[in-house]
Amino acid sequence: MDYKDTNLEKRTQDAMCVNESRLEHKWYHNIKYIIVGTLFGIIFVKSEVISWFRIQEMFRLQSFHMYGIIGSAVLVGLLSVWLIKRFHIKTIYGEPISISPKKFNKGQIYGGLIFGFGWAITGACPGPLYAQIGTGATVIIVTLLSAIAGTWLYGYLKERLPH
Amino acid sequence: MLEFLKQPWPWYIAGPLIGLTVPALLLLGNKSFGISSSLRHICASCIPAKIPFFQYNWKKEVWNLFFVAGILLGGIIGATLLSNPNPVVVNPALVEELAGYGITNYNNLVPEDIMNWHSLFTVKGFFLMVVGGVLVGFGTRYAGGCTSGHAIMGLSNLQWPSLVATVCFMIGGFIMANLILPYILSL
Repeated sequence: MDYKDTNLEKRTQDAMCVNESRLEHKWYHNIKYIIVGTLFGIIFVKSEVISWFRIQEMFRLQSFHMYGIIGSAVLVGLLSVWLIKRFHIKTIYGEPISISPKKFNKGQIYGGLIFGFGWAITGACPGPLYAQIGTGATVIIVTLLSAIAGTWLYGYLKERLPH
Repeated sequence: MLEFLKQPWPWYIAGPLIGLTVPALLLLGNKSFGISSSLRHICASCIPAKIPFFQYNWKKEVWNLFFVAGILLGGIIGATLLSNPNPVVVNPALVEELAGYGITNYNNLVPEDIMNWHSLFTVKGFFLMVVGGVLVGFGTRYAGGCTSGHAIMGLSNLQWPSLVATVCFMIGGFIMANLILPYILSL
């Protein structure tokens, strides 16, 4: 695969979280993302999504809880994205909303399985790691640093891995 | 009201609220929901080491770091102001199984019996926290997203590669939890 040396190209090649906005804002405009993140973190804790025990239950098919959460979150997300597209809803800055499509590569299979292993061991995806640290489980800082190291390792080995 | 909020929230309240994060981020600034990318931005900003994968304008993605800082803050609020005084209630079959590995403390969302600073320096703790963490970071980036980016944002946008990734997350989790983790917990 050859990549064009542009920022967007690099950001879209394998990151789901693509920032489509072309607008430039002062830093304090980012405070709204802290607020959304905080609400999100509270939901994480109160629904016990970030609990290692809940993840173990999920992977043993012992509870509907996590399936209900992910399933209903996807339904609400689907409906929202459909409404945004259907009515061409714009952002609060009046910018048209665009969501980049996801290209298939074998990384979604190999990487997906590897992440699945890690998810069941740590009982956390990346988001819950931050929230777990917030709940006072300071040792999870080590898990987060390990995840950063794992991401770095991927970047280092990327060209040699099958995609 | 506060007493009500302190109870564990049922899935049909929490799930839709998590789903609302998708339109919230789109409407606030055309941002696609995804959390594992924050790990990449941290690499790009702190330890890029001339690796092409980390050579991009991470400052443009700084919103994502504000977002995860918020999640950390939410964790603090959830565990203090809105904290549930009761232990996590899980399936009795799981309680019985975990008791066999000496895991009996359900006071925190993280199992304190096996994940603490002391156990970090044991083989079991090393696997659970360090190896597990590396697998999470490596796997999510290799897959191009995690539960938020693929399972929620990707599926919401009807992206079939995200469905492939989500199915693989689950297969990996089932294999690990049922076939491999018991050996790690027995260490």
